[in-house]
Amino acid sequence: MAIADPWREIEALRREVDRVFSEVGLGPLGRPWRLAFLPGRAARQYPLVNLHDDGQNFYVEALAPGVDPDRFEVTVLGNTLTLSGEKRGLPGVPPERIHRSERAAGRFVRTIELPAEVDPNKVSAEYKHGLLVVTLPRAEAARPRRVTVRG
Amino acid sequence: MAERTVPTPTADAASAQEPTRSEEVYVAPPADIYEDDQGLVVLVDVPGVEPGALDVRVDRGVLTIQGRAAHAAPGDAVYREYELTGFFRQFQLPEEVDQARIEAELKNGVLTLRLPRAPQAQPRRIAVRAA
Repeated sequence: MAIADPWREIEALRREVDRVFSEVGLGPLGRPWRLAFLPGRAARQYPLVNLHDDGQNFYVEALAPGVDPDRFEVTVLGNTLTLSGEKRGLPGVPPERIHRSERAAGRFVRTIELPAEVDPNKVSAEYKHGLLVVTLPRAEAARPRRVTVRG
Repeated sequence: MAERTVPTPTADAASAQEPTRSEEVYVAPPADIYEDDQGLVVLVDVPGVEPGALDVRVDRGVLTIQGRAAHAAPGDAVYREYELTGFFRQFQLPEEVDQARIEAELKNGVLTLRLPRAPQAQPRRIAVRAA
């Protein structure tokens, strides 16, 4: 029988604790990280999104790896964007053959309210390397207009 | 030639320590591992990584997956829920993996690695002859 090495056990535990802390800790700029790569089970909202704005368009970037592009459903109503879809698990793999299962799977739906009206006819979406990017042009009425100042 | 018993740090050795202390933050990507008839299959979620930014290597029975993720949306971020950083994860491979035939594929932000069993570890059916 092999004798367990207690130092090795302690080292393994320390590494695990470090790993857990590094995932919920603070980033280099002191702001809290919502780390990209473990968004699965514990996340209340799925997918996580970032919102970008360049003055003309809003860009919603959603972190959703492993989704079949055909299974995404993107709808826009007023200034509300709804993302839904399904991330497949391991199809047809009997449980006794699974060694590790960390990637969450299942159906998801998420609604995002945009800060301004968008033109629903010009919305487009692209799925690239596991990131879904939805481009939403601002509605004409919601675009900033430059006003000339007369002297 | 003088024999040195105490190693003195050379300029090379001193500067070699610096690059390992980078400020970069790495995270361990989530992985699924299962077995099929050919061997092990490893699936790793690596969103935002282009094939060129991914480094998969096997060295002395250790599988290392390393890469950098980049944002895909243009413009300034006005609201953030996640950061994309580098990621890094290592797995100790069992001895019976045929390291020369490992295949890697990246699709929809998921890395799929197929690690076939070495021929000597494949289950073999033994024919029984009638005496």
